[in-house]
Amino acid sequence: MHVFICDFLLDIVQNSFEAESRRVELSLEETDTRLVCQVRDNGKGMDEAVKNRVLDPFYTDGIKHVKRKVGLGLPFLIQACEACNGDFSLESELGVGTTISFSFNLNHMDTPPFGDLPSTILVLMSHPLAEELLVKRSLATCKGSGEYELSKTELEDVLGPLNTSGTLNLLKEFLVSQEEDLKQFYIEHTLSKA
Amino acid sequence: MGRMTLEELRKLRDEKQNALQKRDIEGKDCRVVVGMGTCGIAAGAKVVLDTFLQILDENKIENVSVTQTGCMGLCYVEPTIEVFVPGMPNVIYGKVDAATVKKIVEQHIIGKSLVTDHMFDRPAADIISKDGGR
Repeated sequence: MHVFICDFLLDIVQNSFEAESRRVELSLEETDTRLVCQVRDNGKGMDEAVKNRVLDPFYTDGIKHVKRKVGLGLPFLIQACEACNGDFSLESELGVGTTISFSFNLNHMDTPPFGDLPSTILVLMSHPLAEELLVKRSLATCKGSGEYELSKTELEDVLGPLNTSGTLNLLKEFLVSQEEDLKQFYIEHTLSKA
Repeated sequence: MGRMTLEELRKLRDEKQNALQKRDIEGKDCRVVVGMGTCGIAAGAKVVLDTFLQILDENKIENVSVTQTGCMGLCYVEPTIEVFVPGMPNVIYGKVDAATVKKIVEQHIIGKSLVTDHMFDRPAADIISKDGGR
């Protein structure tokens, strides 16, 4: 099981890259009480039968690992969302793409800690199968609001291929500065009494 | 430090590239592949990748290729990484933590000797058959 919300994001967005998507959009909207996430891709999509089966931890397409009988990415996510009264929904159309929306109730005791978002985005941006990844991140609390947007092709245009240690360290510095800018609006979450 | 713009990032890259050309290029053609499947993520593969970048940076090595792959079939010893260094055998290390990353960079990539206590050989059987039993 994953420790951080970021671990779930990493795991789920990778699915989109592996589904032959040209373009993947990750949106993260955080407020005082909720984190609403959406992963939208234009990959190969799933038909109705597969769409229902991917929610089962004992289903996998068997392409990456021929003899394997488990696929834990989505089941882990659903379990984590349900544990904290969050939502989960999956829409998919064969040949068109897949959209996964989910949310975490940030005041709930069983919500995982957020984790390190800059290093998560770094790993996703440098994923070898990622052609275009758009990240939209916003934070709106009682202290005010801020947001930033990132695009893989734009970053590659500036830095060159995102695959050597020097380049990735520069990208990390850039991503940390984006998130740092939102820190002023961040509030400590208090557990609800319920 | 305020929020960096793309222009500032471009400038920073240009500065770094100029400095780079004056140094010899250690780490060239070296490649590190981090197993980033569900199993790897759960075991802390992201921290391992982060630590790699940090320690390579501390050693001023800019040219090591750092990429990721899915599960390598060794879920029981995650996090796993594969290291390619010219003139050395390709090795899969398992149970990698921050201390092991430091050893791998200093001993394997710089020192050209294997870190024998974390070696877990090749990918597991279900993957080997796929790429010709390498």
